[in-house]
Amino acid sequence: MESGLNSTPITTNQRLVIVKYNAGNIQSVLYALERIGVEALVTDDHAQIKAADKVIFPGVGEASSAMRYLNERGLSDVLKQLTQPVLGICLGMQLMCRHSEENDTTCLGIFDEPVKQFKPLDATIKVPQIGWNNIYQLKTNLFAHLKEESYCYFVHGYYAATGGHTIATTDYVHPYSAALHKNNFYGVQFHPEKSATVGEQILKNFISLI
Amino acid sequence: MSSVAVNIDRGLTKRIIPCLDIKDGRTVKGTNFVDLRDAGDPVELGAFYAQQGADELVFLDITATVEKRKTLSELVNKISHHINIPFTVGGGIVSVEDVSVLLQNGADKISVNSAAFKRPALIRELEKDFGSQCVVLAIDTKKEADGEWYVYLNGGRVKTDTRCIDWAKEAVDLGAGEILLTSMNHDGTKQGFALDITKTLSAILPVPVIASGGGGNMQHFVDVFNEGAADAALAASIFHFKEIAIPDLKNYLHQQHIKVRI
Repeated sequence: MESGLNSTPITTNQRLVIVKYNAGNIQSVLYALERIGVEALVTDDHAQIKAADKVIFPGVGEASSAMRYLNERGLSDVLKQLTQPVLGICLGMQLMCRHSEENDTTCLGIFDEPVKQFKPLDATIKVPQIGWNNIYQLKTNLFAHLKEESYCYFVHGYYAATGGHTIATTDYVHPYSAALHKNNFYGVQFHPEKSATVGEQILKNFISLI
Repeated sequence: MSSVAVNIDRGLTKRIIPCLDIKDGRTVKGTNFVDLRDAGDPVELGAFYAQQGADELVFLDITATVEKRKTLSELVNKISHHINIPFTVGGGIVSVEDVSVLLQNGADKISVNSAAFKRPALIRELEKDFGSQCVVLAIDTKKEADGEWYVYLNGGRVKTDTRCIDWAKEAVDLGAGEILLTSMNHDGTKQGFALDITKTLSAILPVPVIASGGGGNMQHFVDVFNEGAADAALAASIFHFKEIAIPDLKNYLHQQHIKVRI
């Protein structure tokens, strides 16, 4: 199924930073990078984040408490002003949007797409979505070497609508953004760090971005 | 069936979850994986399942003695370094501190069972600190002569007077994000999953239900997804003893128009 993907580790001398804040799953991203042979620094230090070649902004958690934490520590402004490639993951991606319905939270405003709560009309559809789903209409080199309809692992109760920045789409209840892109900023709703070889390829692609 | 056109090309898949029992850092049940260097090594066995297409893994620690907890957190750390799919850790978890250590070491979810029944506030505490997405409530249940399903504790040794359905609803209200439902009537029989209680819970709960106990052939998995409306199915020995290979199972489910990741 994923036999076309390159399983060898990649080599890089880039300085990779994972943004440390009050959200979970940061270790998982660090370990996933290790599995593909890449070291990263987990830090909330402004200078270290600004100086990095690439920045990963992960997260599992709740939007308003995460934004409050980022604002109080000046990390919001640091993140918005970054010019190197930035990859937001799950909550990280949602925080890069302008607003989240999760506790009516004003977010970083990098992507215009609003973050809304799943409201299935059919009571048999569970929220949050937990599990593997397809991504399609793949755009940009973040998805290089990947097939349309590849499977990724999702865990979330809120979603970013589709819009001009959508570079991958997925369906649960309705179509929505599986990934967003604007300038140097990328965001993915799914967890590449937990998405088997597909996820590893996406992380490698991010590291290979110029 | 011909009148119903089901589009299974896109959307959430059903999940196949192998369960590994762990004691003192080793897998417990014997296996006949001749192609593994060390089938007793949970990391190597887990990585094998991940490579075979397992959607998640569950590691259930049956050591359950305090002095061995460190062994478990070290093992979880090793697993999270090597395995590229989500995994749940359960067994002997009684506190927020227990969970914090496991999550810090890279577990994606934890499962609680007897301790949560004895002190339901534990679920609320875990949900508050870590989010419901990582709180799996495991329920061991047995259908009694009166036709009702009751909750059992301590690995099925202690009967309670609480109905499974009541405890499941309460636990989800408290913040459980998934239910791992094991039917003691079916576990180990290889005669199929408990379709009725699985379907009942799946219909009333707003969270996913993982069916466990009784899977003996590939049709049983079809039945638990179609008739039982399970979101995921968990099994142990049929995978460990290679009675069913995960790629074969997934191909079979796909042929039966059940959406799986292949």
